[in-house]
Amino acid sequence: MSTLAIDKGGPTRKVKYRSMSRDRTWALRWSYFFLVLFAIFSLTPPIYMLITSLKSSAEISAATNPWWVFHPTLSNYVELLTSNQFLRFFWNSAIVSIVVVMVTMLISIPAAFALARMKFWGSTTLATGVFLTYLIPDSLLFIPLFKMLAVVQDLTGITLLNRWYVLLFIYPTLTVPFCTWIMIGYFASIPKELDEAALIDGASWLQTLTRIFIPVALPGLIAATIFAFTVSWAQFLYPLVFTTSVDQLVLPVGITTTLIKGDVFNWGQIMTGALLGAAPPLIIYAFLMDYYIAGLTAGATKG
Amino acid sequence: MADVALRKVVKRYDDVEAVRGIDLDIADHEFIVLVGPSGCGKSTTLRMIAGLEDISDGDIMIGGDVVNDVPPKDRDIAMVFQNYALYPHMTVAENMSFGLRLKHYPKAEIKARVTEAARLLDITDLIDRKPKQLSGGQRQRVAMGRAIVRNPKVFLFDEPLSNLDAKLRVQMRIEIKKVHQKVRTTTVYVTHDQVEAMTLADRVVVMNKGRIEQIGTPNELYHKPATRFVAGFIGSPAMNFIPCRLEDVGGTLQLRLTDRIAFPLPPARAARYNALPRTDKLLLGIRPEHLTESHAHLEPGVETFDTVLDVTEPMGMETLVYFGLDGTPICGRVNPNAGAKDGAPMRLAMDLNNMHLLNEATGVVL
Repeated sequence: MSTLAIDKGGPTRKVKYRSMSRDRTWALRWSYFFLVLFAIFSLTPPIYMLITSLKSSAEISAATNPWWVFHPTLSNYVELLTSNQFLRFFWNSAIVSIVVVMVTMLISIPAAFALARMKFWGSTTLATGVFLTYLIPDSLLFIPLFKMLAVVQDLTGITLLNRWYVLLFIYPTLTVPFCTWIMIGYFASIPKELDEAALIDGASWLQTLTRIFIPVALPGLIAATIFAFTVSWAQFLYPLVFTTSVDQLVLPVGITTTLIKGDVFNWGQIMTGALLGAAPPLIIYAFLMDYYIAGLTAGATKG
Repeated sequence: MADVALRKVVKRYDDVEAVRGIDLDIADHEFIVLVGPSGCGKSTTLRMIAGLEDISDGDIMIGGDVVNDVPPKDRDIAMVFQNYALYPHMTVAENMSFGLRLKHYPKAEIKARVTEAARLLDITDLIDRKPKQLSGGQRQRVAMGRAIVRNPKVFLFDEPLSNLDAKLRVQMRIEIKKVHQKVRTTTVYVTHDQVEAMTLADRVVVMNKGRIEQIGTPNELYHKPATRFVAGFIGSPAMNFIPCRLEDVGGTLQLRLTDRIAFPLPPARAARYNALPRTDKLLLGIRPEHLTESHAHLEPGVETFDTVLDVTEPMGMETLVYFGLDGTPICGRVNPNAGAKDGAPMRLAMDLNNMHLLNEATGVVL
């Protein structure tokens, strides 16, 4: 019996073989094309902000080329950075974001550990429930939340509304569910044998969490931290609703409410404020990017 | 160090019984291997001894104390996992000392124990490396080191060599045996590899479908299997099972394999099987090494027959020959110089002094 007989009835066709490197070259060309397109799209607004922030009000309103600075000035920066009001917004934003990140981590890490590892009745449902909470948009929640805090304020006599610290209670409703959810994913990817080994080595659940899980899932933790910080730093709707006095405002709300007077937009300072406000998350991203990407689990088990 | 005892241990997952009432006594210093196909309950049994699984029924005792409700950390055991389960963010030394540090041992004592274990396992040079900088075999040594430094009552191994390549597996097998000879800790070792079981164990426990099929020394299991399962599981290539029946011809007891082939039984065997009903459906169990090429001078009890070989596999020191008897595939081992060729006729000799006779229906060795 001939082995060739198998393919006898098959259609004869010419197969064109293309070299792998040519395929790769084309893939790279397309990648670069779309990357450049995307970069232009996302970089245009900040560049425009930078250009505008370096102009005087007179130049902004003049009918010149908006993409060029003819008389560069730092007056917008000087004015903002010497204004107590702006520094107050910045300070409020910083303290709120930092505390919210800490609160979020203190809640999400143990919650995620419990939901990922300590199999108990209803843990799967609870984990899904945590994620569903995150899917409800904040624009639906702010009125009931406001009402709830008003009731708490009436009952306890503690002033909560129109105080910056009310945001410490509000923001975690956004950050905790999402951070818990991504931490569950990271913890679940840690091999089960690792906590069993720790258990046999004599570690308690808390020691397993602090000495094994947190170090091993550090990239995930950092991702969650960055997320929590970004959300609290950039949040606009809640602070707009819950705080109104100028000294209680955070940066995003502060800039828009104080630099827009009636229908007069102080564009130069708005752009400067927005740019300065965008700096902290940017710096944090730049420093933590390596951690964010690095996979620490390599070598835990057979790789 | 301590003995381990299992009394009617049962493990149920919802309505599935993974372990069905196991009784096992493991003596102090003993090296016990649990072996069986996947899903036979061997790993579950080990994990119950470790305390990683609750037991549904029965008792587990370590050093005479019932440990059913004792958490793993208080059972004074150490476990080596199939995938090593090293802590990836710690160095080799930190991995090995983790348990001791949790128990707040003095620093000098920890250092002494880690150094000693590292020396024993020949990983002194690797002590400051992270697991990801180690090869598979080195990682497994570290995992063993982590167990040794604790100086536990019992070592538990859960298929520790399954992730290694064949050559390294043989090497590590010897290492494990050497380590056990030095530390003499009671050891329970789980594997699906019968060669590992035979080479390492003082006694082997063969498990199947949640039950113990047979417990014995490697030689006992090999030469005196109790059931068809054990006979077929231990040994490679596996024992041949040939349908047969007993018949009386002229006052001697004969074993009829096919219409053409029937052998008179050696006297000792004839006496042993004489009481069996002649109508029973039986299986002749014969290992490949007892099916060899024919010689001019045959010992009593060795019978010859002619067959045509299907396939031959030269292994160097021997040649495996495959042929069929009435549709039953059979494997024999012949001398490489015996002239065995694919598709060629050959006269083979069957050593009936080493035969086994099994009841086909019950699978019991008679």
